[in-house]
Amino acid sequence: MNTAESIVLEAEKRLENASTVDHIEQVRVDVLGKKGALTELLKGLGKLSAEERPSVGQAINAAKKNLIRLLDEKGEQLAEGSRQKDLINTAIDVTMPGRGRTNGSAHPVSQVQAKIEDLFHHVGFEVARGPEIEDEYHNFEALNIPKHHPARAMHDTFYFKPDLLLRTHTSPVQIRVMKEKTLPIRIIAPGRVYRCDYDQTHSPMFHQVEGLWIDRIATMAELKGMLNSFLLAFFERDDLEIRYRPSYFPFTEPSMEVDIKLPSAHGLSGWLEVLGCGMVHPNVLTNVGLDPEQCSGFAFGMGVERLAMLKYGISDLRHFFENDLRFLSQF
Amino acid sequence: MQVTEKWLREWIDVPLSISEIAEALTLAGLEIESVVPAGPCVEGLLVAEILAVKPHGDSDRLSICSVFDGTETHQIVCGASNAAKGLKTAFARIGCVLPGNKEIGATTIRGVESFGMLCSWAEIGLGEESAGIIAFCEQAEVGTEVSSYLDLDDMILDIDITPNRGDCLSVMGVARDLSAITNTPLKSWMVDPVPAEIEATFPITIIDGQACTNYVGRVICNVDLSRATPDWMQEKLRRCGVRCINPIVDVVNYVMIELGQPMHAFDRDLLTTGINVRGSVEGEKIVTLDAQEVALESGSLVIADGNGPIALAGIMGGLDSAVTASTTNIFLESAWFEPIALAVTARHYRLSTDASKRYERGVDPLEQARAIERATRLILDICGGSPGPTKSVVSGKSNHVPRRIEFPPLSVNKLLGTSLDNEIICRTLESLEMVVEQTDSRWTVTPPSYRTDITLGADLVEEVARIVGYNNIPITLPTGQAAPQALSASTLFERQARQVLVGRGFSEVITYSFISNERASQFTPAAEKLVLANPISAEMDTMRPSLLPGLIETAVYNLNRQTNSVQIFEIGLVFDVKSGEVAQHRMLGGLSSGTFSEGWSDTSREFDYYDLKKDIEVLLDTLGEDDPVFAAVELHGLHKYQTANISSGARKLGLVGALDPALLKTVGISKPTFYFELYLDEFHKEAQRLYKPVSKYPAVKRDLNVVIREEIESIELLDVVRSSAGDQLIELELLDVYRGQGIDSGKKSVTLSLIFQSNSRTLTFQEIDDACGMVVTSVEIDLDGALRE
Repeated sequence: MNTAESIVLEAEKRLENASTVDHIEQVRVDVLGKKGALTELLKGLGKLSAEERPSVGQAINAAKKNLIRLLDEKGEQLAEGSRQKDLINTAIDVTMPGRGRTNGSAHPVSQVQAKIEDLFHHVGFEVARGPEIEDEYHNFEALNIPKHHPARAMHDTFYFKPDLLLRTHTSPVQIRVMKEKTLPIRIIAPGRVYRCDYDQTHSPMFHQVEGLWIDRIATMAELKGMLNSFLLAFFERDDLEIRYRPSYFPFTEPSMEVDIKLPSAHGLSGWLEVLGCGMVHPNVLTNVGLDPEQCSGFAFGMGVERLAMLKYGISDLRHFFENDLRFLSQF
Repeated sequence: MQVTEKWLREWIDVPLSISEIAEALTLAGLEIESVVPAGPCVEGLLVAEILAVKPHGDSDRLSICSVFDGTETHQIVCGASNAAKGLKTAFARIGCVLPGNKEIGATTIRGVESFGMLCSWAEIGLGEESAGIIAFCEQAEVGTEVSSYLDLDDMILDIDITPNRGDCLSVMGVARDLSAITNTPLKSWMVDPVPAEIEATFPITIIDGQACTNYVGRVICNVDLSRATPDWMQEKLRRCGVRCINPIVDVVNYVMIELGQPMHAFDRDLLTTGINVRGSVEGEKIVTLDAQEVALESGSLVIADGNGPIALAGIMGGLDSAVTASTTNIFLESAWFEPIALAVTARHYRLSTDASKRYERGVDPLEQARAIERATRLILDICGGSPGPTKSVVSGKSNHVPRRIEFPPLSVNKLLGTSLDNEIICRTLESLEMVVEQTDSRWTVTPPSYRTDITLGADLVEEVARIVGYNNIPITLPTGQAAPQALSASTLFERQARQVLVGRGFSEVITYSFISNERASQFTPAAEKLVLANPISAEMDTMRPSLLPGLIETAVYNLNRQTNSVQIFEIGLVFDVKSGEVAQHRMLGGLSSGTFSEGWSDTSREFDYYDLKKDIEVLLDTLGEDDPVFAAVELHGLHKYQTANISSGARKLGLVGALDPALLKTVGISKPTFYFELYLDEFHKEAQRLYKPVSKYPAVKRDLNVVIREEIESIELLDVVRSSAGDQLIELELLDVYRGQGIDSGKKSVTLSLIFQSNSRTLTFQEIDDACGMVVTSVEIDLDGALRE
């Protein structure tokens, strides 16, 4: 007669060879079904003596549990196999390129401009704008550049007619803002400027960012502090060398130019001029109705293309306005 | 301005190397642009004398020279026409290596042996002059190395002098600043007045006493212009970038470089009556030294004699009274002219000379007398002659009133953020030859006459800072209120727009704000143009009335470089002028053209209107424009039936459309191209977004298929549906448009998706059926349409 153990052994053998869910089901019916081998054994329990019954009953129950486990395991095994097969059937080449429209790019000049704006905006500067077609008053006179000043020769100006010109710098925005706002004034004025000059290193149109800070007291030491922090943040390096040099701008006094030295790995050697700045000239303050005895301030201006060229290692200014997509897509 | 190291060291004995001097000057505001050697020092290049010249039997051009180099005599075959007996010239010995790595060896030229070479200036690397061999002065000592004879162990400093520092446009001026910077005294340098030997004078009258306050003149008779300017002077002038003309002109230029005082020499015998310094009269003319005839307008400052203008004062002399080889008597001028008057004249006649540059920036009003004495001495040394007395005429207005500047020394530290003590401030100012009078906390400072740029306290602060060194000023950070603030709406809009467009495949371009008039007219033929008076070229003379021309040009540029598709945009001002008023509008323009594909399994197709429209819809949504209306419009340059205005209420926001195929043909684009522009000034403030609650109740979706006449625009259909479907319609979408089989010609079938939802309850099917029934009825009545069977 079959014992519970032998029934399980037999079933286990059959399960090993089972390859479909149906095979497993057949084993279950044959063993655990209404007329299954184990069911039959259970039915026979009643015929046993009271002493035998518990131990045999336990053995049958254990065998039943064991078998259910085996059935579940085998079932899971087959299910896993079929899941794997499904996965294999849906395998792809993950190295194929992605699909969909690709993105474009912001112009390097506007990226650099936004970066400058942000760095100053973070410390309380407001972004201000002004017109590109200006009059002599805002572009020159109010900035302490009277009509026959030699400094006008530094600005090769595009004229429409005697009092109508293309701004040669973003400094006129200073004048408009100072006339409008109350102290403290902190503005950053980005934009296009124009000079009648065209060669390898000059473009008749380029971009400047002008900064202005006016308060009860402002010092050149603070100007240096502001620009030092800016340059380190802009070029994202701590090993940048910075030096300050006296220079001349009619609208600042003292005036200075700022040079940087990039680490030699950058490919550019020597001191590179990056911006001009100074303490706002008393005449300019007076021109906009501020009292130079009661307030002071500093201003700075930088060429966006120049900074972009240094930052990205671009050697030719003309790339910026050629708008070759193979150039633009690099930024 | 160029000066040489040795010339500078004649003025100041400073224990610094040339690179240290260059750095010190740069850091004090005299920016050194370059330091280059005065010339190549060639070994074995000697001063030699030609003892005899005989013709080369086999050539008309060549001659055979016998040349003495101080120790021996050599036979040289030479092709120069100026080779002559007695000429002292540069002789390159055998073995000598000339610039360009040209080694000299013994050769045979047309059968005659030649042992070395006689050189031109160009051949020894000094200047351009290549016609003929060098003719040194008679005084040159035969046998000396040319490098030592010409003092070639010298450096040329090119200094970028800022417009305020006219006082540094001379060797003396640079030395003076170097003296203050390095705290080294100038060498004592005296010019003894040259006493008159004869009585001759020439009358001087100043008529315009505002423009000329001091005119010093002197006659020198019997100068010998056959003499040559000494080689040392020629070399110094060459190193400073001045061309040599004749000994008198050379001396005048030399003194200008040395002392900064421009001067002029006239041929005395070509002058009549006397000198008048006056304004020109209309109709007068002058032929200037550069042989240009200049028609004078009235009021330009001129030097005139009895016959009319003989010089544009301080700018350029006249050709008719110039000193030439045949001159024997000269009249020397050393004057002070007012900077503005001079600048106005120079600019008016578009003349810029070494002299005018100095006058415009301000010449020392006290230098005229010394300069004329210095020049006289040099002229007598070179050309001989007998000087008359120096005659100085001043106008009523004094040319130099010392400026006394009230100066609280506290203002230095207040403006610089330094903590310099008063003693250092005082010493620094005095090192710059300022006179400091101290009374308690307010000082009075008088700058020297040559510092015409210093007028205010702030100027004095800069002087202190400059000499102390900008790099010695501390670095601090400003303190003050730190109030957070938002970016302005316009900046924000630009940034958001840029981000959206870049994300949708557009690249930002920046094109010139000026274009050719022709291209401007292509797009706005009728409008008045804003044209530059002095453009770079005709291609860039008109301010752009639209971003479209620049975008088209960029598209063409890229399409011609094997690019399949172009999606570009630009943000910038556009310009127009209406009844004389200039208007400048901020605009965003974009263009797409060509074929695009979304990747490897996708078939590529051409961009169409709806692609660009979606880009704009997304963009407008980001900018907070919820209900932009697109309405068909006809516009110049755009496709008659594929163009729409974009508006919101009364605000015109922009336009979008296909470019007119005829226009595309003229610019050479073969693919359909689409353009949009948005008027950024119309987007006033940042979008205020308010939350709308999301309904908890189920939404019900119904699709409706209606057939309407072809000419009915979808916007009209959607309006009818929206207004008839009731409040529970929360979304309405156009899914498809079908024309063809099953639909009568002249009609189209439109599939709409309607979503109904309530915020307060679950809608019943009956309600939705009713709503859809209303929609169908309205379509039937208002649009003569029908539900598709």
